[in-house]
Amino acid sequence: MSAYNFAYLDEQTKRMIRRAILKGLAVPGYQVPFASREMPMPYGWGTGGVQVSAAVLTPDDTFKVIDQGADDTTNAVSIRRFFQKTAGVAVTEATAEASIIQTRHRIPEQDLRPDQILVYQVPIPEPLRFLEPSEIETRKMHSLEEYGLMHVKLYEDISQHGDIATAYAYPVKVEGRYVMDPSPIPKFDNPKLEMAGIQLFGAGREQRIYAIPPYTQVVSLDFEDYPFQPTKADHACDLCGADDSYLDELIVDDAGGRMFMCSDTDYCSTRRKQGHTGTQGVPFAEDAA
Amino acid sequence: MYVAVKGGERAIDNAHAWLAEERRGDTAVRELSVAQIREQMTLAVNRVMAEGSLYDPDLAALAIKQARGDLIEAIFLIRAYRTTLPRFGGSTPVETESMACDRRVSATFKDAPGGQVLGPTFDYTHRLLDFKLAADGEAAEVPHAEPTQAATPHIMSFLDRENLIQSEPEGAQTPPDLTRTPLELPASRALRLQSLTRGDEGFILGMAYSTQRGYARNHAFVAELRIGTVAVEMDIPELGFAIDIGEITVTECETVNQFKGSRSEPPQFTRGYGLVFGMTERKAISMALVDRALRWKELGEDNLGAPAQDEEFVLYHSDNIQATGFLEHIKLPHYVDFQSELELIRKLRREAQDANASVKVKEGAMQ
Repeated sequence: MSAYNFAYLDEQTKRMIRRAILKGLAVPGYQVPFASREMPMPYGWGTGGVQVSAAVLTPDDTFKVIDQGADDTTNAVSIRRFFQKTAGVAVTEATAEASIIQTRHRIPEQDLRPDQILVYQVPIPEPLRFLEPSEIETRKMHSLEEYGLMHVKLYEDISQHGDIATAYAYPVKVEGRYVMDPSPIPKFDNPKLEMAGIQLFGAGREQRIYAIPPYTQVVSLDFEDYPFQPTKADHACDLCGADDSYLDELIVDDAGGRMFMCSDTDYCSTRRKQGHTGTQGVPFAEDAA
Repeated sequence: MYVAVKGGERAIDNAHAWLAEERRGDTAVRELSVAQIREQMTLAVNRVMAEGSLYDPDLAALAIKQARGDLIEAIFLIRAYRTTLPRFGGSTPVETESMACDRRVSATFKDAPGGQVLGPTFDYTHRLLDFKLAADGEAAEVPHAEPTQAATPHIMSFLDRENLIQSEPEGAQTPPDLTRTPLELPASRALRLQSLTRGDEGFILGMAYSTQRGYARNHAFVAELRIGTVAVEMDIPELGFAIDIGEITVTECETVNQFKGSRSEPPQFTRGYGLVFGMTERKAISMALVDRALRWKELGEDNLGAPAQDEEFVLYHSDNIQATGFLEHIKLPHYVDFQSELELIRKLRREAQDANASVKVKEGAMQ
């Protein structure tokens, strides 16, 4: 791949993206417009995250990619291979070993350290988009800190359903200022948004980058009498027995029988290596691919 | 006992191998060459160049071959390649006035200097399948005329001279580059035109058609449609003057639109403009109509709430690479989000059932 620059993008483009990232870190939760490039994978498949990763990767980094929490989902494999090919960086499936983790729809179960960067792929960066389709209007609402519409929406949810009917991409307020879309992570992950690592969000098609610096206050929107509640399936992982991790539900037979397993595959296999087993799990052995 | 599903890597490799095999098709049939596609699928090549925003017929033909004839996929290949190319500078504006026209028609004047030249058009063909082509596609000898040396001035210049059409003074500003700066709204007309010229032909056509059917109708006459080659010139700093760096084929369409005047403008004709790489007539005409519809604000017209008047709607949804990517991404796994929705819907149903049950108990107690 010598025909391409390190990590695919040319240095001018990376510089432009790094400027957007720095601005994003300086104004937590603010969506910074950036001149997103066409990448060799489709829009909607992580081009924003890929561009952010390309801009922050150095040759010494160790890179991890997860999609739905798993390292072996096809698009995670595809993105990991892309950077192996274009940047030649070391890759890992172990959360603790990675210096940069690109993710779609999950935050790893294991706490991140200050020397780690979490890069999110973002489909629709605008938390107000489904309340107000016009970008001109929503930018105005952010600049005026006019978030009444969002609270009305949450209130209407409660009056209609008795609950806030948002299960993922649950809106948050960052450092008391900007309402932000945390990308479509399940709301179970929202409390983890306050972390030691740097969090960068890239939306390629929508041409926006935003960020949460380490130890920044991130509050999930709620009401005093209807406090925010992170939820998960009311089970333990059938493979590793964890009862504190987010679970995927699998249909395992024609009768519709279900089982539950950790969506974070590294978390699950690490626990199994440590000897934990769930009701249907077996002690860890290298799975035959 | 359950062993987690793995094997994404191998599945991808196998899918790619199968794809390559399918692309080639039956090996008993001779393989298509890139040159054949370039020469005999010219209009497909033109569309890929126009929407890929890269003028290179050979690469466009290669992309079509690689994409198995899926033009949006081919456009995507070209776009992804285009972003990696270094940028040496900008050309001077092309002079379409001095185009060597293959085709030039006006719907507003029966004749004009430069004449009406039909050129290689489908317009008056009868759309009957030519079964002879199935056996033998060789072209018959066709007569050739000498190219005219006479100037072919823009039809618009005649209306301009009489002040009947809204004037469009040349701006001194270098237009912004849609591919190098994020689109911010409201967009200038130059930016809108950039977006329209690379927008999806089907989308732009549909938008244009909607204006004809009454959604922000402003009847358009094709004042002029011309297709031909123009020279591309570029200032070379080391030389201190502009030199020809090549020649491209473009389609240009200028429309004259009715305009009764508004609060800010006197009654006059107004313009719509389309300029597209290659022989891409349908696209250029569509572009001119949509351009005109988007100009309501600067002409002081009313916003009728029509989709084609809504700059944000049109510009944000015309790019087929953005659209197809986002649309098709819903094929990707979403189990995490779906799982959270499952839990929510189960919870809401449980609560609704409990509430119903307690209402029934109460009703029962009252009877």
